[in-house]
Amino acid sequence: MAITLSASAADRIQKFLAQRGKGIGLRLGVRTSGCSGMAYTLEFVDETLPDDLSFESCGVTVLIDPKSLTFLDGTELDFVREGLNEGFKFNNPNVKNTCGCGESFNV
Amino acid sequence: MALLQIAEPGLCADPHQHRLAIGIDLGTTNSLVATVRSGSAAVLEDESGRALLPSVVRYMQDGSPQVGLEAQLRQSDDPHNTIVSVKRFMGRGLKDVQDAAATPYRFVDAPGMLRLETRAGVKSPVEVSADILKTLRGRAEAALGGELTGAVITVPAYFDDAQRQATKDAARLAGINVLRLLNEPTAAAIAYGLDNASQGTFCIFDLGGGTFDISILRLSQGIFEVVATNGDSKLGGDDFDERIYRWIVEQSGIADLSAGDARLLLSLARKAKEALTEKDETRITATLSSGTAVDRVLSAETFFMLTADLITKTLGPTRKALRDAGLGVDDIDGVVLVGGSTRMRHVRSAVAKFFQREPLTNLDPDQVVALGAAMQANMLAGNHRSDDWLLLDVIPLSLGLETMGGLVEKVIPRNATLPVTRAQDFTTFKDGQTAMSIHVLQGERELTGDCRSLARFELRGIPPMVAGAARIRVTFQVDADGLLSVSAHEQTSGVQATIEVKPSYGLGDDEIARMLQDSFTHAHHDMAARNLREQRVDGLRLLEATQAALDLDGWQLLSDTERVTIDRAMETLRVMLDGLDHVAIKRAADSLNRATAQFAARRMDASIQRALAGRRLEALEA
Ligand SMILES: Nc1ncnc2c1ncn2[C@@H]1O[C@H](COP(=O)(O)OP(=O)(O)OP(=O)(O)O)[C@@H](O)[C@H]1O
Ligand SMILES: [Mg+2]
Repeated sequence: MAITLSASAADRIQKFLAQRGKGIGLRLGVRTSGCSGMAYTLEFVDETLPDDLSFESCGVTVLIDPKSLTFLDGTELDFVREGLNEGFKFNNPNVKNTCGCGESFNV
Repeated sequence: MALLQIAEPGLCADPHQHRLAIGIDLGTTNSLVATVRSGSAAVLEDESGRALLPSVVRYMQDGSPQVGLEAQLRQSDDPHNTIVSVKRFMGRGLKDVQDAAATPYRFVDAPGMLRLETRAGVKSPVEVSADILKTLRGRAEAALGGELTGAVITVPAYFDDAQRQATKDAARLAGINVLRLLNEPTAAAIAYGLDNASQGTFCIFDLGGGTFDISILRLSQGIFEVVATNGDSKLGGDDFDERIYRWIVEQSGIADLSAGDARLLLSLARKAKEALTEKDETRITATLSSGTAVDRVLSAETFFMLTADLITKTLGPTRKALRDAGLGVDDIDGVVLVGGSTRMRHVRSAVAKFFQREPLTNLDPDQVVALGAAMQANMLAGNHRSDDWLLLDVIPLSLGLETMGGLVEKVIPRNATLPVTRAQDFTTFKDGQTAMSIHVLQGERELTGDCRSLARFELRGIPPMVAGAARIRVTFQVDADGLLSVSAHEQTSGVQATIEVKPSYGLGDDEIARMLQDSFTHAHHDMAARNLREQRVDGLRLLEATQAALDLDGWQLLSDTERVTIDRAMETLRVMLDGLDHVAIKRAADSLNRATAQFAARRMDASIQRALAGRRLEALEA
C-alpha cells in the first residue's frame, strides 16, 4: 500500500508549504461527487487526524484517510505544465474511467 | 483537463466548482494579473513569459484591438490610433484633462466622460480599458483552465466615485465579475502584511508610470487600517521620461518633431532611464524621419540633476499624509516601495533619507499590487478563511447633506474607514411639509457653495405633520469599493427614497487637494459664516413657530399688552435677521423666547385641558 510523489510534485509542494509558512504536509483524499462518481481532494495539513495513514515521499509527508486509500493505492501525484496552466495530476491505477475532466473518476 | 491545486484544509472545492479568482493591477503604464495557486500568490505570464502587459491599445483597420507590447511597439508610427495611459481619462471630462493638447489623440467631448476618435470608431476610455482587461482575462483563463469566479481590480487610493465606477464598467464590459475594487497601496500592504506577518505603522510609497500615491497604514494582528492617503495623480515615471526627452531635444538642437518622432524619442528616453537604474551612463541613438541623427550619452548624474525636483515633489504629499495621520517620521515602522519608478536609485535614496530608514523592497515593486489583489480575490472567492484578516480603507473627503441655509452637515467624516454606514435624523421645517429635498455633498467646507455637489433627490409623500414632527432618517452607505448610496426614509410613515450616487464626472485629486487646502485656510471665515446662517435658521424657525401659535391661540390666551410685547420682539428679530450680526440675531431670538415664555406655558396648560376634556372620568381614575 503506497502513495508516491513525482520529483516535480514533491519539489512544488515543498515550495508551496514554505511560502504558506505553516503546515506539516499534504492530504490526499477522495470524496463522492462530480460527474463520474468520485473526486480527488488535495489540501494542506495543519493537524493530523486519529485515523490518518502517513507516507513519506521525497521528503514530503502525505496523509490520507483509510477509506480514501482503498481508491488511491498505488497512485502517483505529479505536477505538470500544460500551456499556461500548471497544477497537480493524479496517476491512479485503480481508475476505470474518468469524465475527461481529471477531477472525477470511477473505479 | 483541469489540473488540481492544493486547497486550504477543509476548503477543497467540489469538482468543476473551482473558485478561480484573480487580482488585476490595471495600471496607467502596465497591467498585471495574478492568482493564488496552492496557497501561493503568483503573477501569470503570457505565452512568451512576460508578466507585464503594457497598458496600450491600438485599434486596427478592421476594428479589432491590439493590446500590449505589439501595440506599444507601433505607437510611434500610429500615434492617433494607439492609446497609451488611458487610465488618466477614466471617468474624466475633457476639461479635466489639462494636457489634452500635448497628446496625439483626437478627443471628442461627451457628457460625463471624454471619448477618443480612432480609425475603429469613437471609443470611450471604459472600452479601451475593457480591451486591456479582456486580454488579462484571456491570459488568466488559459492559465487556470476554467472560467473565472471573479476578480479584484485595484485603483489608486485617490480615485473618486466616477473613476471607480468607470473601472467597474470596464470590467463588466470585459466579462469580468468584480469581487471588489481595492486601493493599490492597500493591495501592496496585503502582499507584505500576509507574507511577512508585519505589525506596526507603514507607509506605502507608490510611484508608478503616471501616478504617485502615498498611504499610511496601520497593521495589527492581521488587520489593516488605512489611516491617511495623499498623492499626485500627475506624477510618475512618464515625467522622468519627459525630462530626458526634453534634454535630448535641447542637446541635439532639434526643432519641429513629428508625432511619430516624438514618440520614438520618448520611448528611447524611457529605455535610457531604466538603463540608468543599473548603470552609470547610457547611450541614446536614433535616426529621425527627417534624417537627423541623434547620438547622446546621458550620465546617471545628469539624469538625477534633471529630475531632482520631481523627487522633491513626492515629499510634499508624503508630509501631508503624515500630518493627516498625526504621525511623525519616527512613528513609521516601515516603508514599502511600490511601482516600477521606485527602482530608480535616487528615488530610493530620497525615500530612505526622508524616513531615515531603508525601505522594504523584498517583493517586486511591479508585482506587489497584483499579488495583494490576488490574495484578496482568493479570500473573497471563499478559498481562504476570511476571519484571518479584515480590511479597512478610508474615504478621502467628507460626505454630507445640505441643511437649512446652505450649510453642510457632515454625515461621514473624511478618513472614516470603509465600508461605512452612517445615519442622521432630520425633520421638516414647515407645518404640513410633504416633501424634502436631499442634496448630497462632498468636501470639507461649511457652506454648500464651497463643496462639490454629488447628487440631489427628493423624498416625497411625507404625511402632513407639524414642523419638527416628521423623523426623516438619511442613511449614507459607502461600500468597500468606495461607492456611495444614499437613502432617506420617513420613519413614522415608512416613505422611502434612495439614490446611487454616480456623478457624471468626478473630483480630480488636484481638486481634492485644493478643497482640503481651502477648508484649512477658510476654516475661520467659514465658522463665522456658519454661525450667521445657523442663527438665521433658528431665528426664522422661531418666528414661524411663534406666528403659528399666535394665529391659533393668541386671541384667547394673551392680553393686549402681552400681545404688543410679543409683536415688538418679533419685529426686532425680523430686522436683525436681515443683518449680518449673528450675535444680535441670537440676542433678539432670546428676547423673543423670553417674551413668549408665559404664552407657551398657557398653551401647554390649555392643550392638556383639551386632551383631558375628551376623556371620561372613569378612565382617568382607573
Ligand atoms: N528598472 C527601472 N528603472 C526605472 N524605472 C523603471 C524601471 N522599470 C520600470 N520603470 C518605470 O516604472 C514605470 C511603470 O511602473 P508601474 O508598472 O508600476 O506603473 P503603473 O502601475 O502602470 O502606473 P500607475 O501606478 O501610475 O498606474 C514606468 O515609468 C517605467 O519606465
Ligand atoms: Mg501602479
